[in-house]
Amino acid sequence: MADQTTEKLVIIGNGMAPGRMLEELFEKAPGRYAVTIFNAEPRVNYDRIMLSPVLSGEKAYEDIVIHGDAWYETHGVTLHKGAKVSQIDRAARTVTSENGITVGYDKLVIATGSSPFIIPVPGHDLPGVLAYRDLDDVEKMLDASRKGGRAIVIGAGLLGLEAAYGLKRQGMDVTVIHLMPTIMERQLDPAAAYLLEKALTERGIDIITKANTKRIIGEGKVEGIELEDGRIIEGTVVVMAVGIRPASGLAKEAGIAVNRGIVVDDGMMTSDASIYALGECAEHRGTCYGLVAPLYESAKVLADRLAGGEAEYHGSVTNTKLKVTGINLFSAGDFADGEGREEIVLRDATAGVYKRLVLKDNRIIGAVLYGETADGSWFFDLMKRATDISAMRETLIFGQAYQGGSPLDPMAAVAALPDDAEICGCNGVCKGKIVQTIGAKGLTSLDDVRAHTKASASCGSCTGLVEQLMSLTLGDSYNPAAVQPMCTCTELGHDDVRRLIKAKGLKTIPAVMQELEWKTSCGCAKCRPALNYYLVCDWPDEYADDYQSRFINERVHANIQKDGTYSVVPRMWGGVTNAQELRAIADVVDKFEIPLVKVTGGQRIDLLGIEKEDLPAVWADLGKAGFVSGQAYAKGLRTVKTCVGSDWCRFGTQDSTGLGIRIEKFMWGSWTPAKLKMAVSGCPRNCAEATCKDIGVVCVDSGFEIHFAGAAGLDIKGTEVLGLVKTEDEALEHIVALTQMYREQARYLERIYKWAKRVGLDEIRRQIIGDAEKRKAYFDRFVFSQKFAQVDPWSERVSGKDKHEFRPMATVGFSEAAE
Amino acid sequence: MDMNWHPIGDISDIPLRGARCVKTPQGKIAVFRTAENDVFAIEDHCPHKGGPLSQGIVHGAAVTCPLHNWVISLETGKALGADEGAVRTIPVRIDGGALYIALESLLVAAE
Ligand code: SRM
Ligand SMILES: Cc1cc2nc3c(=O)[nH]c(=O)nc-3n(C[C@H](O)[C@H](O)[C@H](O)COP(=O)(O)OP(=O)(O)OC[C@H]3O[C@@H](n4cnc5c(N)ncnc54)[C@H](O)[C@@H]3O)c2cc1C
Ligand code: SF4
Ligand code: FES
Repeated sequence: MADQTTEKLVIIGNGMAPGRMLEELFEKAPGRYAVTIFNAEPRVNYDRIMLSPVLSGEKAYEDIVIHGDAWYETHGVTLHKGAKVSQIDRAARTVTSENGITVGYDKLVIATGSSPFIIPVPGHDLPGVLAYRDLDDVEKMLDASRKGGRAIVIGAGLLGLEAAYGLKRQGMDVTVIHLMPTIMERQLDPAAAYLLEKALTERGIDIITKANTKRIIGEGKVEGIELEDGRIIEGTVVVMAVGIRPASGLAKEAGIAVNRGIVVDDGMMTSDASIYALGECAEHRGTCYGLVAPLYESAKVLADRLAGGEAEYHGSVTNTKLKVTGINLFSAGDFADGEGREEIVLRDATAGVYKRLVLKDNRIIGAVLYGETADGSWFFDLMKRATDISAMRETLIFGQAYQGGSPLDPMAAVAALPDDAEICGCNGVCKGKIVQTIGAKGLTSLDDVRAHTKASASCGSCTGLVEQLMSLTLGDSYNPAAVQPMCTCTELGHDDVRRLIKAKGLKTIPAVMQELEWKTSCGCAKCRPALNYYLVCDWPDEYADDYQSRFINERVHANIQKDGTYSVVPRMWGGVTNAQELRAIADVVDKFEIPLVKVTGGQRIDLLGIEKEDLPAVWADLGKAGFVSGQAYAKGLRTVKTCVGSDWCRFGTQDSTGLGIRIEKFMWGSWTPAKLKMAVSGCPRNCAEATCKDIGVVCVDSGFEIHFAGAAGLDIKGTEVLGLVKTEDEALEHIVALTQMYREQARYLERIYKWAKRVGLDEIRRQIIGDAEKRKAYFDRFVFSQKFAQVDPWSERVSGKDKHEFRPMATVGFSEAAE
Repeated sequence: MDMNWHPIGDISDIPLRGARCVKTPQGKIAVFRTAENDVFAIEDHCPHKGGPLSQGIVHGAAVTCPLHNWVISLETGKALGADEGAVRTIPVRIDGGALYIALESLLVAAE
């Protein structure tokens, strides 16, 4: 090639992809081409992905310019701003713009990007219906926001949500309409989508899912939208962010092979050997990309080709981050459930962290991180390299910092923790503090460490970690106390199992047994009920109760007796009954010839000696009188005993009966680690015996003294005082929060007094009395789980649930005559 | 002795890791279906104090009695662990999904 005849390179579109390509090209082959760029937008090349910060006001246009005018000058590039190319003449090798500029090329690069898709509903062409693609769109949105009112964003994908956030920041009310049940469904699984939706809602953005737009309303301008279900949402501007389409029309008209995008080979060449396509308009191996990272990879290949090289593009794996300030979200690859796929899940509900890796053949094929995304790039790298992760599987989800050393050694994970890693969540003690205190004070026992650092001194669930730190610091001279295993099916103790169920997001008994390496195929009568409880407690909405893992009483909702018959105890709220109820009970006793009717120690009536087959019929009759199960059989809320209180008693200070009934009505149906009994006494004479209950209330003039951790069964123990509160509402909130804390922390079959002894009364007071936010969070979690628990099991069975339980499978061998 | 096979229903009538009982002139029989879809039948009468074994928790090829937690092997009918005692096992046949148990004909006639 002669020196003078520099080749003519023409580029249509001045977006991010060709911008990067030119940088590479000028480095590789400076001066080889005379470059001309046509840009439909009247400006230089800017960072399109930073439009969202411009919209939200966190950045200005000047901050996001990639190549200023000077850059074009330096490199001798002719840039035609605001010049949209309308024709490619392949025979003549020229392109012509709408404003009449024609330029000849030796090599042509089509980099026209994508166009936003506008759903053709009625009203879509009204002024005020905007897309979100370029700076002009951002300016229009900013204009609209200055007028205030409500913005409606259609589409809760990456762009839609960023637009929504920006408009909100600009002071508008914002409603996002989304067709699918969960937002960003292409990038997020439902769990992460749920967290994101919650975070955005907290930022004041209304999100309506499963909503289809019927039409855009307005006379001469947008006034709102109507949904398919008839709902009308008023608004002054509508942003459509429902998807993009590769801008391939120009190429198609020129007769170049076009599929969805402009088809290119591994050298980014189109069906015409002197024409290349680059960026979102191109389709490579069937894929059109919509993110910059893969475009940059292919830009590099194209630069090499234009410089005479042989580089090949083989496609990219992509990842997504959402640019909404304060929300950390990362997603990559394929994370649908499927055959042969496994997942590792880590959740921390309080911290709002959700991490999920999807594995196939010991390789990461998908990742979703929410709340904590620092390891996103590391996971992404492992995914791109298809690294076999089996060696670090146990600790993989904890991220890169936990790796190194022998990952199968749990000690390595602890050793790799940074000094500021929090070990004890209750007391906020980090690793550094513990290690340093052990050294400085010469501590040698767990009790010492508890005394000096407070680590593991509360709920105790970090005891394992603390002991590992001690082993690590003290070497062989420290002998950790052996953890009492749950049962012979596992080496793990209850606390470890509870922690791991949460940490690994285990949601079925088989998952627990698999992931925690149970030694038996399906557990035993000790561990299965415990696991079932932990799962019910931890995942109230997701876990499907496994009745085969419940003790017979909880399975059939009655108490088995020594002769194989059952007893039935209907709820008598707060111990109060009336003539109609008593009459119904009397009728049932007669009808079913029930041998014994007894008033229980829990202020209600026990019907004993009922044949199993009769249970549903007995319940049906009791149900008609309004009775529900008293759950006298449950590791759950049993009774709330009351005394007559201020309504009748001359000493009563508060309505103890009313409060007892209120508590019982609020809390019935909940499952707890062991049975939970309560009482409310109207004055310190304490006729309801509240001071030996799991939780008790003693009413006084100034309010309600809340007691807990009493015992009156195998052990006898007076209660401890939790604290005094002024109102019934507060009493209820405290009792519920305490119950939830107990539900989340105790070991199966551990009554409150034993749990409290382990966790420490002060810690419980600190969290329930001292920390209003924690208390509220416990309360809310209890309320959430009640949504799924407060279903009367008797009426369910009267309507046919678990029919098989109450009927013999067959009756055989009796001769006709004998019948 | 003559085996007298009696149809008692289909395997799907019993929940996985569950049991149903069958009434016979010789007393109740507990029919179990394990997690691995094996079916066993034993007397529904714990060797300890007569607890209804069909109401227990099924794990592996064993059941834990609901009254005092003895663990009974479904294969042998023997109490496992330290406890001593055994219940009668009853032959079961599976044909497709259909289940049959064998009763001794003499006893049937005697009823
Ligand atoms: C029916 C009743 C006795 C009565 O006739 O009054 C009763 C009956 C049984 N109690 Fe009780 N307890 C009854 C009130 C109590 C009380 C008093 C109370 O609730 O005010 C206590 C002492 C307080 C306590 O709970 O600690 C009590 C402490 C126990 C204990 C010891 C628990 C402990 O942790 O110390 C057991 C054994 C257990 O749960 O493991 C027990 C176990 C049982 C069982 C469930 C035994 C069993 O496993 O089969 C009995 C079931 C009988 C049945 O089928 O109905 N029962 N039991 C009372 C039912 C109350 C109700 O209405 O729900
Ligand atoms: C608001 C927003 C946020 C985004 N956030 C992210 C993100 O966080 N991460 C990420 O990876 N990606 C993000 N993207 C996507 C990313 O911006 C695009 O993938 C990338 O810009 C595509 O580059 P491109 O060069 O192919 O096309 P573009 O950057 O779209 O450039 C195409 C250019 O060609 C011009 N053009 C079109 N037709 C003609 C014609 N006939 N004649 C002349 N000029 C023409 C257009 O006006 C346009 O300027 C975001 C996009 C938007 C809109
Ligand atoms: S005290 Fe309770 S457990 Fe003991 S015999 Fe009486 S009812 Fe049964
Ligand atoms: S009756 Fe079965 S263990 Fe006691």
